[in-house]
Amino acid sequence: MSLHLSARVDERDVEIDLDVADGQTVAILGPNGSGKSTVLSVVAGILRPGRGRAVLDDTTLFDLPDRSWTAPHERGTGLLAQDPLLFPHLSVLDNVAFGPRSSGTSRTASRRIARTWLDEVDAGQLADRKPSALSGGQAQRVAIARALAAEPRLLLLDEPMAALDITVVPAMRQVLRRVLADRTAVIVTHDVLDALLLADHVVVMEHGRVVEQGPTKDVLARPRSSFGAGIAGLNLARGTIEERAVRTPGGLVVAGLHGDEDVPEGVAAVAVFSPGAVSVHRERPTGSPRNVWATTVRELEPRGSQVRIQTGALSADVTAPVVAELDLVPGTEIFLAIKASEVAIYAA
Amino acid sequence: MSTARYSGVPRWVHLPAAAGALFIVLPLVALATRVEWGEFWSLITSDSSRAALLLSLRTSSMATLLCVVLGVPMALVLARTSFRGQSLLRSLVLLPLVLPPVVGGIALLYTFGRKGLLGETIDVLGLQIAFSTTAVVIAQTFVSLPFLVVSLEGTLRTAGQRYEIVASTLGAPPTTVLRRITLPLVLPGLAAGAVLSFARALGEFGATITFAGSLEGVTRTLPLEIYLQRESNPDAAVALSLVLVVVAVLVIGLVRGTGSRAG
Repeated sequence: MSLHLSARVDERDVEIDLDVADGQTVAILGPNGSGKSTVLSVVAGILRPGRGRAVLDDTTLFDLPDRSWTAPHERGTGLLAQDPLLFPHLSVLDNVAFGPRSSGTSRTASRRIARTWLDEVDAGQLADRKPSALSGGQAQRVAIARALAAEPRLLLLDEPMAALDITVVPAMRQVLRRVLADRTAVIVTHDVLDALLLADHVVVMEHGRVVEQGPTKDVLARPRSSFGAGIAGLNLARGTIEERAVRTPGGLVVAGLHGDEDVPEGVAAVAVFSPGAVSVHRERPTGSPRNVWATTVRELEPRGSQVRIQTGALSADVTAPVVAELDLVPGTEIFLAIKASEVAIYAA
Repeated sequence: MSTARYSGVPRWVHLPAAAGALFIVLPLVALATRVEWGEFWSLITSDSSRAALLLSLRTSSMATLLCVVLGVPMALVLARTSFRGQSLLRSLVLLPLVLPPVVGGIALLYTFGRKGLLGETIDVLGLQIAFSTTAVVIAQTFVSLPFLVVSLEGTLRTAGQRYEIVASTLGAPPTTVLRRITLPLVLPGLAAGAVLSFARALGEFGATITFAGSLEGVTRTLPLEIYLQRESNPDAAVALSLVLVVVAVLVIGLVRGTGSRAG
């Protein structure tokens, strides 16, 4: 399934061209109000754009202003929102069975399909509950199962983890990684980790326009838009797991927290942490931090009230007084330290 | 004592408030004191009383059914779509709420009566509506339809469209969404609206007597019977009035029950 979209929504000043190849997941990143969700609404058929055209595989979703328009239920586009929005009057099982049931499958067969999908997202034991008896994370798992059970040709995800408790996000991300692997999907997010771990391709939107797009690695490595630069500032260490830490080919070892389940030894993984959580020292720090690296200042970049210290592989954000106090200039030898609890490790 | 939040209501306000409450409760008490309890049962089960009571229940149920059949689609169109003249239509639908019922009755007479707007068409079909039980049902539906439409439209708006949108992205056609999502979700509001409509239909007097007349067993509903008995047999009028008060109390209980479950 591949999607080609070109649309203009005058009321919200959004104009976008978007292509999603078969089996690809595209992440739309951007600040609030940049029109990300509008794009999903247009594709799902909730919002009718003034003009534009969308083709999913060989079916035309719409060709406006006046050629054609397909209603949402005939599009085969599943939508997963920030809120799970499980139907409160139906059991979990019947929520998931709703899609198959609506397409004419018998009640028994629909429930059988629903059970399969609930198991797929590790929510099989919740089948008989009412939605009101679920936690936020459980409800969102069920919502994923419900969206998948309808067998959408294209899956649209609108910040699916924004409303979740921070502690369940890593596990949910793993579930999404699994289900999105071979699917054609568009995910709207403001979290760079989602883009990094779930998407092949990234589109950055600002003020209703696409300002940057390309393969995820390229966009995050060499961002050209201001939003891209802001989110791309995260420290990433790619490598393999060795004694629960990530060892990069360059010899850097980063210890951190694993998600729900430990990433197994020898598996490709990525360690992610914010430059703001990194501390800078002239002498090797003693005490608790598990991650300490000796390195050399390569560059100092002012960023508002902060100064970003680039050292090649890693960067750190400190305040200007700290730079003065430590007398940092390019070439200064320093130690970077970060607590393992500030580092997230994911299978990559 | 249990904990209470500071109310900020001036103390003197309680006086007019109490007077108002008394103003509503006192007449009901007065009515109850006039009931001849010894004859109560025989008064409300006399032939004419029973005929009126059964006619009232029958016509009010029919009117409530018509309100649901016509009112649910109206509420859906008003709450979920937008078109030119929609706000005007919404105001017009409310009209029977504020119109004197006797005016409604005259309007109905000039619509469905023999010389009315649709009179000839109805004549051709071999039907005679005015001064029949059908007329009672039409009059009751006319005055109670706004209750159902207004309360259901409010419920639909509060419920929002989010679940309906999700259902449609799961592949459900509009009729399936209506049947499996929208209606079950607004059921408490629909039930409350139907109960209110039933109560209004049961108490209907002005439009009925104007449009349907007062023929025992055919168009003489309970309120009409009470009005007529008031002269000839005041004890029967009082007893039947009490029956209507009891029904009204039950209706309020029902509405509050469904309302609180919805909330």
